[in-house]
Amino acid sequence: MIFDIFLVEAIINGILFGGVLALLALGLNLVFGVVDVVWICYAELVMVGMYSIYWGNNHFGLPLVICVVIAIFAVALLGFLIHFLVIRPILGTPPINQLLVTGGLLFFMQSLATLLFTGDFRNLGLHLPVLELAEMYISFSRLIAFVTALLAMVALYMFLKRTYLGAAIRAISQDREVVVLMGVNPQRVYLVASALGGGLAGLGAALLILQYDVHPLIGISFGPITFMICVLGGLGNMIGGFIAAFVMSQLISLGGFFLETEWGYVIAFVFFIIMMFIRPQGLFGNRS
Amino acid sequence: MTRFSKFTALFLLAAVPFLDLPDYYMHVLILILIWGFVYTGWSIMGRFGLVSLGHGAFLGIGGYTVGMLWNFYGITPWLGIPIALILATIVALIVGYPCFQFRIIGHYFALVTLALAEVVRLVIIGMRDYTGGSLGMTPQRYGEGMSVYAFQFVEKDYFYVIVLLSWVFGIWVWNLVDGSMARYSMEAISDDEDASASVGINVTREKLKITILSAWLTAFGGVLYGQYQMYLNPDTIAGISVSLQIVFASIVGGMYVALGPTVGAVITILLSESLRILVGVELAGLDGTIYGIMLILFIIFLPRGILGSGWAKPLEILRFPKDKPG
Repeated sequence: MIFDIFLVEAIINGILFGGVLALLALGLNLVFGVVDVVWICYAELVMVGMYSIYWGNNHFGLPLVICVVIAIFAVALLGFLIHFLVIRPILGTPPINQLLVTGGLLFFMQSLATLLFTGDFRNLGLHLPVLELAEMYISFSRLIAFVTALLAMVALYMFLKRTYLGAAIRAISQDREVVVLMGVNPQRVYLVASALGGGLAGLGAALLILQYDVHPLIGISFGPITFMICVLGGLGNMIGGFIAAFVMSQLISLGGFFLETEWGYVIAFVFFIIMMFIRPQGLFGNRS
Repeated sequence: MTRFSKFTALFLLAAVPFLDLPDYYMHVLILILIWGFVYTGWSIMGRFGLVSLGHGAFLGIGGYTVGMLWNFYGITPWLGIPIALILATIVALIVGYPCFQFRIIGHYFALVTLALAEVVRLVIIGMRDYTGGSLGMTPQRYGEGMSVYAFQFVEKDYFYVIVLLSWVFGIWVWNLVDGSMARYSMEAISDDEDASASVGINVTREKLKITILSAWLTAFGGVLYGQYQMYLNPDTIAGISVSLQIVFASIVGGMYVALGPTVGAVITILLSESLRILVGVELAGLDGTIYGIMLILFIIFLPRGILGSGWAKPLEILRFPKDKPG
């Protein structure tokens, strides 16, 4: 059979999944491009966001939209604090220390979540409809996630292109020495970028909680793939990361279709390792 | 640490099985020695700036190769161990060679090795028909569970001796590297690759040597862990969690000192075990929370670890003489 309806469904689901991954990668990329630090704990920020939405909605009975807004601001504040309290003191030390310190944060957030919420899987109990399109089943929550992710990316792009702060952020990711001479205070820009990266993680959390149960180890399932997308797209290169997200999500989705989900991830990770050897600067990066 | 105190310490450690300690204490000691051995294996390369976040891969390869050969073909671990080490070498070469050839260093190296750890974990889960997937697998018990042939020792005292010997061997290898020419070339490489290459150091070969050595020790640690617990699980023995655990315990203890990684194992295991006894299991996650804060503080304030830092004078006695010149 040449035209397989299930194959098309897998491809479409891959594209939709790619949208969420792209959003997550975007936030991480922003932090990396500006501050030059890989937040190994990025997916744990997403977990914090998911828990705050769950908690606000389930415990305090707040409307979902308000929970989402609170989560975005809470995680943005967390991102700000991470930079201010943890990264800033060791900015001058070898980069690997900065990567490792966020690994400590990963343990901290994961364990604190276990302590506060136990290891149970929790969800909002939402039942979003499943769209049926020419015998293909497409989850409505994935579609919402995809569209929101796209909108957020456009908004971020506009912010970076149109505002003074956005220009400063772009400038600093191009040359962090010269930018100081232009009157930009890098410390302030670092904080803004960290808060923005956190906010994007919060938004990612809002999109993920529509589709997945939240539990303390959920970060482990999204973390690695997010770093790999960033590196693959060229760390700090937002457009590259955007495209890489869809490449990886297709590999996972199609690998899952032809084999099993784990093999989809295996294919994606092996692809990443091989690409690192062929193009260490990333798929779309320029060799510096 | 003088030769005399070294031998006294060893003698005391060797005398432990005769003390007739309760099983639980033996269990904790064995865990400390196994993980101390693994962390030492990691720090052999970690101390030279080759920060691998993928050593869980080697742990998993070691444990699962031996376990599966035993379960499916009845091949004794005495043959299984060399096969596991060969497999670990092949994986280290496949990933290490291009990495070093193409100058993948720093956080890029960390992320590539992280991908490797996840690949191994997911392959184990994906081969669930053979490995039991996420449910894990149990090496088949041989008779009463006490057999040299099957490398199974249900008596903790016996296993303790094996683990102690392995750990001493690990420390010996660490010191061997510490006193070798490889150390000087590796230190030069971690400072400046181009400059080292220009004075005639074969960067790729030196790095590969250290990586393979480290992979061997880690894979063997995986075998020890599997044969001791008699249970293998991809989430505890492969993948990113255990890989990070290896890195962080070594950092806390101090990866630039021979006994540092072992001290890291002592601290982490005692922390989680004592909290479990004091607070109970209701507060699961408390040990990790404290540990996470500890890690952050360590990396910020004491990046050279407990033993590696100058202020730890009282602990100085645990340090081996740094090095003899020449």
